[in-house]
Amino acid sequence: MFTGAACWLIVSSLLGLIASIKFHSPTFLADCSWMTYGRVHPAATNALLYGFAVQSGLAVLLWVFARQGGTPLIHPFLIGGAAKIWNLGVLLGIAGIIRGSGSGFENLEMPRYAVCFLFASYLVIALVATITLHHRKERDLQPSQWFLFAALLWFPWIYSTANLLLLKFQVRGVTQAIIAWWFSANLITVWLALIGIAALFCIVPKLVKRPLYSSHYALFAFWTLLLFGTWTGVPFGAPTPAWMPAMSAVATLMLIIPAIAVAKNICGTIKGDCVALKSNPAGLFVQFAVPAFLLSTLMHCAASLPCLNAITNMTWFTVAQTHLQVYGFYAMSIFAAFYYLAPHVSGFAISAKFAKLHFILMALGVAVLVIPLAIAGIAQGLKLNDPSIPAVDVAKGTIPFLRAATTGELLILLGNVAFFANIAGLATLFAKKQFALCCADDSCDAKIAEVKA
Amino acid sequence: MKYGPIVFLAAFFALSTSWFGFVLKPQADLGRAQQETNVVSSLLYPQPRPGQARQGAEVYRADGCFYCHSQQVGQTGVACDVVMTSPGTNLTAAAEAVVKANPMLASANLTEFLSKLPATVLKNITRDQADAALKLLKAPDMKVEVHIVPTGPDITRGWGRRHNVAADYVYDWPVMLGSQRVGPDLANVGARLPDANWQLLHLYSPQAQVKGSTMPSFRFLFETRKIGRVPATDALQLTGDQAPPAGYEVVPKPEAHELVAYLLSLNSDAPLYEEPFTTPAPPPAQTNSIAAK
Repeated sequence: MFTGAACWLIVSSLLGLIASIKFHSPTFLADCSWMTYGRVHPAATNALLYGFAVQSGLAVLLWVFARQGGTPLIHPFLIGGAAKIWNLGVLLGIAGIIRGSGSGFENLEMPRYAVCFLFASYLVIALVATITLHHRKERDLQPSQWFLFAALLWFPWIYSTANLLLLKFQVRGVTQAIIAWWFSANLITVWLALIGIAALFCIVPKLVKRPLYSSHYALFAFWTLLLFGTWTGVPFGAPTPAWMPAMSAVATLMLIIPAIAVAKNICGTIKGDCVALKSNPAGLFVQFAVPAFLLSTLMHCAASLPCLNAITNMTWFTVAQTHLQVYGFYAMSIFAAFYYLAPHVSGFAISAKFAKLHFILMALGVAVLVIPLAIAGIAQGLKLNDPSIPAVDVAKGTIPFLRAATTGELLILLGNVAFFANIAGLATLFAKKQFALCCADDSCDAKIAEVKA
Repeated sequence: MKYGPIVFLAAFFALSTSWFGFVLKPQADLGRAQQETNVVSSLLYPQPRPGQARQGAEVYRADGCFYCHSQQVGQTGVACDVVMTSPGTNLTAAAEAVVKANPMLASANLTEFLSKLPATVLKNITRDQADAALKLLKAPDMKVEVHIVPTGPDITRGWGRRHNVAADYVYDWPVMLGSQRVGPDLANVGARLPDANWQLLHLYSPQAQVKGSTMPSFRFLFETRKIGRVPATDALQLTGDQAPPAGYEVVPKPEAHELVAYLLSLNSDAPLYEEPFTTPAPPPAQTNSIAAK
């Protein structure tokens, strides 16, 4: 599953790069309908969200359930098969979007036939994960398991609701837009956060060899994230009944509470012990993911204040925040989890140099992507609010920033290639070992490795 | 939180709150919306789009136009203008009333003011101020109107005359409100830029129509082909370096015509009971300069 996720990550960043180039050279690939911005951009987003984010999240989830529960994963072959179906679904979905069958709802562009594959595959994985959790030897659930188990339930609910009501039994009028916003918020603000936080809560104590600072903080963050996060999404000024954007704005503002609780909990666990943290390449990624989560939530909160929202609404600022959430926080947490679990699972050490290269490329890439986009968004918003500035000049004004963001996309692409190389190297070593042993290893770790490698 | 079922219930409870709020509630409130007789024009609003425009919506969706163009006009508030349409029979009384309502006009040439109709007596005031002014503006046969003017940057730009509401999207599927304004809002592009030929030329080469535009060209919606016995009637009139080689013509594919039909059908400028306005339609101006706004 990690290999699949890494492939999609590269596909996504490649498509993202093409989409990004299009902003400063509008004639680039203009003669081909398959490569128009309105298709490449959603293809990139979907490859990132479904190809990488959800898939790698599930891989981490399975590992945590098996590891924390002290039990082998049941039916690993089912997981392997389901992962293949998932990847097939993503492939079909991306091809559908490029062909022009995108659904027209942001973050839900995959056509119906692809959604069926994804949903079926998810159900199988969720079932296996739940049974694995049920068989745990350590009966008390750890905080990371709460977050993951909630996430396991969250996704099928939001995904089925959104797809059924938008693509199958189509609801009327602006309700569609509200459901699509509800879905996006619950996926990006809640689901990704649940998995990312769980990954951090699981590996940080192991890295510094100290228990999690406070399970009460974790419980508090869990409840507040679920209760407030799920109400976010409807943007300011939307053509809906006015209570909806107002409700979302308040809920978004409240998200700062779980973010601070999570950050405090992780900092308390580390207790300034950066040496222990840095002994493993995973620590580097943790050091980036936690501030990125705080900053992304802060940006989200700031943008929900009416005075700032009037500026940032419908600008690149929102895009910058989403990128920070997905790349800066979520992907970094997943990478951290990977660099921690991969040597354990496969029995081979990862070249620390290569991991560091991956980290530097990603960190630089995220910074060079998010900062210019955020500045571009604020400049764009200020200008859009001044009717004397023509829209053409507003768009032209953002071009230098978008050029910088393209550099960021390029760096992220290179980082993703490094990540893929790491996985591929590990998988080759592992396959060689398996071949040499030529026998099935019954230990829990090897079984999971089979699934993931 | 030691047990699985408790975590399950917690997540179930949290998600069900927003599911009731953002899925069930809007569906119950808005899901059965129908077209209604407009209070001003007594026509049914909104009208379903004609067939070609509906096909064009599919092109708009497939090519992802909504990633750069929103379809929702915003509004920051409402102001009132007091406008006199007729000074009536007694000009002296009318002039006195006008000065009473707006003392600033005392220094202006009142005779000229009263002769140029309709004349705006007060601009950009609240509803209460307008009501107070109406009481002062009393003269024999004098006719005074209060205009309701939505305000906000989008409206000043000419993107629409009021902000959009749920009733504007009853017949759209999918509803493509957009989340980004790389380009201008298109909620009323059909009213703003009603020239189909201009739309086609703009899709073919945005930069030739609007200087400095960052919009990508949609050349794949057009076909460059050899001129047959008779040139196509809908061939684009291209000049300069845009022009095709001699003996060739650039003809819009059906998709291009459909997309333009959809764009021209985008018009949500009808005054509604809940969103009233009485501003007149903007005067016609040069198309390229409107597009740049």
